[in-house]
Amino acid sequence: MILIALIVIPALTALAVMFARDARQTKSLSAVGMSIQLILSFYLLYIFLKERAFGNTEPVLFGKRFEWYPGLNINFDIGVDGISVAMILLTSIVIFTGIFASWEVKEQFREFFASLIILATGVFGFFISLDLFVMFLFFELAVIPMYLLIGIWGSGKKEYSAMKLTLMLMAGSALLVVGILGIYFHSDVNGTHSFNILELANQNFSIEMQRIFFPITFIGFGVIGALFPFHTWSPDGHSSAPTAVSMLHAGVLMKLGGYGCLKVAIALMPEAAHELSWIFLILTSISVIYGALGVIAQSDLKYINAYSSVSHCGLVLFAVLMLNETAANGAVLQMISHGLMTALFFALIGMLYSRTHTRIVHEMGGLMKVLPFLSVCYVIAGLASLGLPGLSGFVAEMTIFVGAFQHPDMFHRVITIVAISSIVVTAVYILRVVGSLLMGPIKNEAYQHLEPAKWHEKLATVTLIVAIVIIGIAPLWLSDMIMESLGAILD
Amino acid sequence: MSLNELMIMRHEWALVAVALILLIAEIGMNENRKQNIKLFACVLMTLVTVLGFLPADTGTVFGNMYVTDPLRILMKNILNVGVLIIFLQSFSWLKQPNYQDRITEFYLLMLSSLIGVSYMISSGHFLMFYLGLELTTIPIAALAAYEQFKSKSAEAGIKLILSSAFSSAILLFGISILFAASGNLYFNSYESSDSIINVLGFIFFFSGLAFKISIVPFHLWTADVYEGSPTSVTSYLSVISKGSAVFILVIVLTTLFRVIQPMWQEVLYATSILTMTIGNLFAIRQQNVKRFLAFSSIAQAGFIMLGIVGGTALGMATVIYFVLVYVFSNLAAFGVVQAVEQASGKVTVDDYNGLYKTNPKLSLVMMLALFSLAGIPPLAGFFGKFFLFTAVAESGFYVLLGVAVLNTVISLYYYLLVVKAMFINSSDTPVTAFTSDMAMRISLVVCSVGILVIGFYSPVFAYIKELCVGI
Repeated sequence: MILIALIVIPALTALAVMFARDARQTKSLSAVGMSIQLILSFYLLYIFLKERAFGNTEPVLFGKRFEWYPGLNINFDIGVDGISVAMILLTSIVIFTGIFASWEVKEQFREFFASLIILATGVFGFFISLDLFVMFLFFELAVIPMYLLIGIWGSGKKEYSAMKLTLMLMAGSALLVVGILGIYFHSDVNGTHSFNILELANQNFSIEMQRIFFPITFIGFGVIGALFPFHTWSPDGHSSAPTAVSMLHAGVLMKLGGYGCLKVAIALMPEAAHELSWIFLILTSISVIYGALGVIAQSDLKYINAYSSVSHCGLVLFAVLMLNETAANGAVLQMISHGLMTALFFALIGMLYSRTHTRIVHEMGGLMKVLPFLSVCYVIAGLASLGLPGLSGFVAEMTIFVGAFQHPDMFHRVITIVAISSIVVTAVYILRVVGSLLMGPIKNEAYQHLEPAKWHEKLATVTLIVAIVIIGIAPLWLSDMIMESLGAILD
Repeated sequence: MSLNELMIMRHEWALVAVALILLIAEIGMNENRKQNIKLFACVLMTLVTVLGFLPADTGTVFGNMYVTDPLRILMKNILNVGVLIIFLQSFSWLKQPNYQDRITEFYLLMLSSLIGVSYMISSGHFLMFYLGLELTTIPIAALAAYEQFKSKSAEAGIKLILSSAFSSAILLFGISILFAASGNLYFNSYESSDSIINVLGFIFFFSGLAFKISIVPFHLWTADVYEGSPTSVTSYLSVISKGSAVFILVIVLTTLFRVIQPMWQEVLYATSILTMTIGNLFAIRQQNVKRFLAFSSIAQAGFIMLGIVGGTALGMATVIYFVLVYVFSNLAAFGVVQAVEQASGKVTVDDYNGLYKTNPKLSLVMMLALFSLAGIPPLAGFFGKFFLFTAVAESGFYVLLGVAVLNTVISLYYYLLVVKAMFINSSDTPVTAFTSDMAMRISLVVCSVGILVIGFYSPVFAYIKELCVGI
């Protein structure tokens, strides 16, 4: 029941918001709905851990099946494992803070909050579904509101970015249709075909079939995970999107890619994954390095963060392709860690922009003196991003590289070293930005009188920082929870 | 012939009765109360539609000339609902003084065409089929030229009648070759063979039907006729006329031409790719909304072909399901186009700039319709398209599937252009805020509910699939 509540509550909130009387009511409705969602997610975590503590070792808990299209064996199958619970938690934190980060939206506020929450509904649905058809439905549901969100409330060349993003992601999902149907028609569960992930996991697909459909499915999910060379939607999209949308998109939506690659492409077609992983490893390490180097050339804060997202999300896919449990664990941790810190980054960028009206790094300076709270938050986000121990980034990247180095052969080790070298580049660009943005003399006299952070901004940033610190200091409960589920997937 | 046998043709009787009642009403009615005939027609049509859903006998009459079974009844019901929606949408258009004395004409012609559609679907004999087809087309050609004061409308009428006559001739030629090949024109005892002459007959026959469905390369009349005709007639052409031809194609291919399935599969494979791609590419560049929807409906016809290519029962079920979804989606889009056209006379995509600011509800309906046509969840179009793709994958045509899914991305692009115009672009001279009449609102609500509900309510598909099992 709790899983159904997780998609019903945002859906109802979105509906209610459309009928809100004024801006104030819209915002409070959204805030209340997403707070309930956040509490529910924590409750889900609690009962999930409790079940596990009592020794329930089912791969998927709280499973429910509702027959939907019996003729095609499509069922509304839902259930969660450790990975899904972690991702749900991430999503509800990001959407919760996203609502507060967009507190100042004035234009067409009803539509804005409703679209934002519909997007979140799609994401929640994606993470709880066990049926490929239902999963795909929620996937597309999460993508399409992006068009309006960027197109209407975005900035810069928003129409171009919105169209590019939507079409590229939809082309990815078009590939997914082929992949999903290929898997479906090659399966044989008691004489019928099946969309159910758990049933499909026991199928032994022939290697010929896997060679065709593994790359299709992987690229299909990879597009939204910013796999090189299909990442080009990401910088444009993120830089044009309004604050909360960037947060949700970089923080959560890009993770659908990694999650899908792991739980669909690799889990269902492991032989082809082993055989073809080298191609994608090369592509993902290009993402990692290229993204990091790309940042150095940028001067717009949003572009900086967008390219660094390409690099970090590349690392997620890179880790997933190592095909061992440690690295995959790191991949999921990285998804969560990157989700939190990139959301924090985008939130802060939005808050700075609303005060300084510029996002160009060298036009600002000395913000630490005038906006101490936001600046300190920015430093914390930066440190998490470059992997400082004690914050979530360190835990994730460390796990990834330890896992990746477990492969004894030359190829994997070399490519791991290549990927690790991105950390140095990350440190360079983060420190450079922090230095010129926050330190030094105040460049613009008008900045002397910038407004300090408001309550809703503090609430959003503090929530994210607390989550980052908790994962950084006490990651074991999370990585254990993820690890338990990985056995079934990578076996 | 007993009454029971006559009742098998209940659908057609009901439509004929409505046409006659309207004719008598037209004669007997006071001149200045003519407007009431619209309401009267809608009420009668509603009755007929409801009547169609009541359980009915099935069987054959006139020595196998006329066949009916649950599947055919379902097809007729779908089309009846479509015509009812079109009737509702044409209310304010018919209010114009120019058409004051010709209101009944509109209903009579459209009903005659619908009767033709019903006979065509129920035909058990090639000549019966041909009669139905002609009865479907000729009244609609007259209707296309209904707006006698507009040269474009006259042009549409003449283009439609000429291309129809041409396609009928081709079709008739095909039928005569088929007769030469087998010496028999009854569907139930028709023996197809894979002899060359039979294949030749099939090719001509198919080409004739392809005109009606506007499959590439027989699509050239579509855009001009759609643009020039009154919007209600365009809706009829794009939904009812096309839908009925698709239905008959499904029936004919599966019952008569099973033997040469490998051949028609190749034909459909190629035309389907061509139709989707060309329809989509041309739609991108259209400025007139009606031309735009014309090319979009050509592309949709290509998608419909996907379900037929495999020749499986599942494929046929998905085709009928898709047509059902398409009826609601396309009529919603045309409804909005008509409402805007009536209120402001504006018909280009640029005129829709900023529509959301002035007419939010209308824009939302339009968005629903376009997203449904593009196949975006959770709207019905998503389910329709996904099932069509399922049918393609079932037959193992993965290349065709790949082309089809890429085409959905292209189609999304131009549907988004309209959404962009309504929601994102701003305009100095937007369409001013207006309220449509009650009938238009009812029709748009019905369409929206259909778009939102059909996908989620799975028994609809289950029912259609069950009916198609025998195919």
